[in-house]
Amino acid sequence: MSQSMLNFLFIGISFAVYIVIAVRSRAGSTKEYYTAGGGVSSFANGMATAADWMSAATFISMAGAVAMSGYDASRFLMGWTGGFVLLTILMVPFLRKFGKATVPDFIGDRYYSKWARGVAVICAIFICMTYIMGQMRGVGVVFSQLFGIGIPAGVVVGAAIVFFYAGIGGMKGITYTQVAQYCVMAFAYTIPAVFIAIMITNQPVPQLGLIGNYSLNGESVPFFEKLNRINVELGFQEYTTGKLSMVNMFCITAALMCGTAGLPHVIVRFFTVKSVQAVRSSACWTLVFIAVIYLTAPAIGAFARLNLIEELHATPYVEAPAWFREFEATGQMVWVDKNGDGTIQYFGPAKSAAGTSSVFQGEQPIFPAYDAPENQRLGTHGERLLANKPDLSNPNELWFGNDIMVMANPSMAGLPIWVVSLLMAGCIAAALSTAAGLLLVLSTSISHDLMKKIVKPELSDREEVNYARGASFVALAVATYFGINPPSAFIAQTVAFAFGLAASSFFPTLLIGIFSKRMNKLGAISGMLAGMIFTSSYIVYFQFLGGTKEQLLFGISTEGIGFVGMLLNFAVAFLVRPFGGEPPKEVQEMVERIHIPSGASEASHH
Amino acid sequence: MTKSVDHRAYSRACLRILAVLLGIWFFVSFGCGILFREWMDEHLPPVGTAPFGFWMAQQGAIICFILILIAYAVLMKRLDAKFGYTEREEGQ
Repeated sequence: MSQSMLNFLFIGISFAVYIVIAVRSRAGSTKEYYTAGGGVSSFANGMATAADWMSAATFISMAGAVAMSGYDASRFLMGWTGGFVLLTILMVPFLRKFGKATVPDFIGDRYYSKWARGVAVICAIFICMTYIMGQMRGVGVVFSQLFGIGIPAGVVVGAAIVFFYAGIGGMKGITYTQVAQYCVMAFAYTIPAVFIAIMITNQPVPQLGLIGNYSLNGESVPFFEKLNRINVELGFQEYTTGKLSMVNMFCITAALMCGTAGLPHVIVRFFTVKSVQAVRSSACWTLVFIAVIYLTAPAIGAFARLNLIEELHATPYVEAPAWFREFEATGQMVWVDKNGDGTIQYFGPAKSAAGTSSVFQGEQPIFPAYDAPENQRLGTHGERLLANKPDLSNPNELWFGNDIMVMANPSMAGLPIWVVSLLMAGCIAAALSTAAGLLLVLSTSISHDLMKKIVKPELSDREEVNYARGASFVALAVATYFGINPPSAFIAQTVAFAFGLAASSFFPTLLIGIFSKRMNKLGAISGMLAGMIFTSSYIVYFQFLGGTKEQLLFGISTEGIGFVGMLLNFAVAFLVRPFGGEPPKEVQEMVERIHIPSGASEASHH
Repeated sequence: MTKSVDHRAYSRACLRILAVLLGIWFFVSFGCGILFREWMDEHLPPVGTAPFGFWMAQQGAIICFILILIAYAVLMKRLDAKFGYTEREEGQ
């Protein structure tokens, strides 16, 4: 059976399963639509949350990011898991006790103000929108590879599927679909890792291989020693030490952690279990399931990097392994024969006087049109030529996207082709589950928080669900547009922005709302606005208006600025509070009440 | 009256658990993984063959996070039972 037939088979079967689940558990009432009726078991909810949480970016690009930047990528590993500790200990048990359906609900009631709710809704929509764009892009990339269509068409296909089952199933449908999706993802991620670990370190558990010995070609040296040596020989940073400054590393990790704890689509997941105690155990399960993937990613990254260098560096192009040509054909790998010797050379910045390692000029490779004359498309050795001019300031000839580390892994390890199909199915599962969860929060924000609570309070239950479905359609259309024309080249970057905003708007406001009885609406709203405006203008300035590296505040990059925005939010909230008077008595009582864990299941929905 | 005293004692015990666990959380991630990484790489014995600080940043911290959450669930459950806040299962 050929690769493409296997792909269709695997993805077809997995889709059939998802759709059957979605249709069988579709939502009837608003309560089922928003929070699955609050009756999901903590184990199932943990698994579903893990699937919701792990996006296409995590699934496809994270191992690649680890491979490329070694120690520096720890910021993602720690940031995205450590956030769950904050979320579980500081947020969700209390919010679950409060018992409403959405995060703006809590902010609106706690700060007794439509304005606070309004600002929260805008933040929620903004965060989810930023986040979902990356997901749609991810779906598009996989579908385009799968069907051999362009990325735009791939994005549209993905959007149609997400709309179909998120719109129909609501939270209940999504939760049970995500359980299935998690299983697909976990298998797809770990199986290739096990094989490549056996190949490189003779150790079936990837995490043990990582701390074991490199044992290919009869050698036996500590794995990281080998990797560090190769990295340094080729002019890269030592793998186990980073390039980022400590301040930057600290801020980015902190922003990702606090952002995780403030992401509305993750918080909402814990409203689906039945009690505060179930929330705690569910969060525990979630982290266990996430860790299965996050503990494997560093292993995949490190193994894949070593393997890639050994297989490609100093290899004549005509003798390069077959998978190299495949990825060259899809434009994910590029070789520019700068010195004309017909051999692939891979070098880091330390090998050039200019300190650069870019293969060509510009950010992304641009290929000549299909109808261009053959001598513009193909080089003397049959390699694919670029329309970009080569960057001759350094000797590096090999370019590849981050995504390649996961996708090329099975081929590099010489695994049977069905593993690649499984990986494709896993990747789509990752993107779909996250997109569906986000879409639900987006539509809820619009139908429940905006329409029902602010614009049209007399909305009936049924009308509200219809609004939610309509809103998810509009939201998806916008997300599709941005998936086709992404504002930022890297999927992982787009996601990082969402965290900055969540860290600077939701996290501090929720935290103060839960732990300070005396915070009033004036302080909270000012803090939230200050954090949000500061963070988003910083990001926009440096990402789109051409801010230079020298202008960065303390050298903190856009990914880490959410942490500063968060501190600003706290500071402004407490400075402004004295001007706003005491919050009403019933609000203070409510804050006391949410600290007592019993009686959550009796809490009303509306 | 006794009820509000109970509430306060419960909240205080609860905050103590939070503070201890968050302290550990900060130490294993920001401490071992970032602030003292270089020192730990050099001075502490390697984990298997990997440098200690690096291993903490990529693997150890995540394992500790799981342990923290397990500890949290267990400690809070015990605290709830002590103060009689245990949820009736599917009661209402």
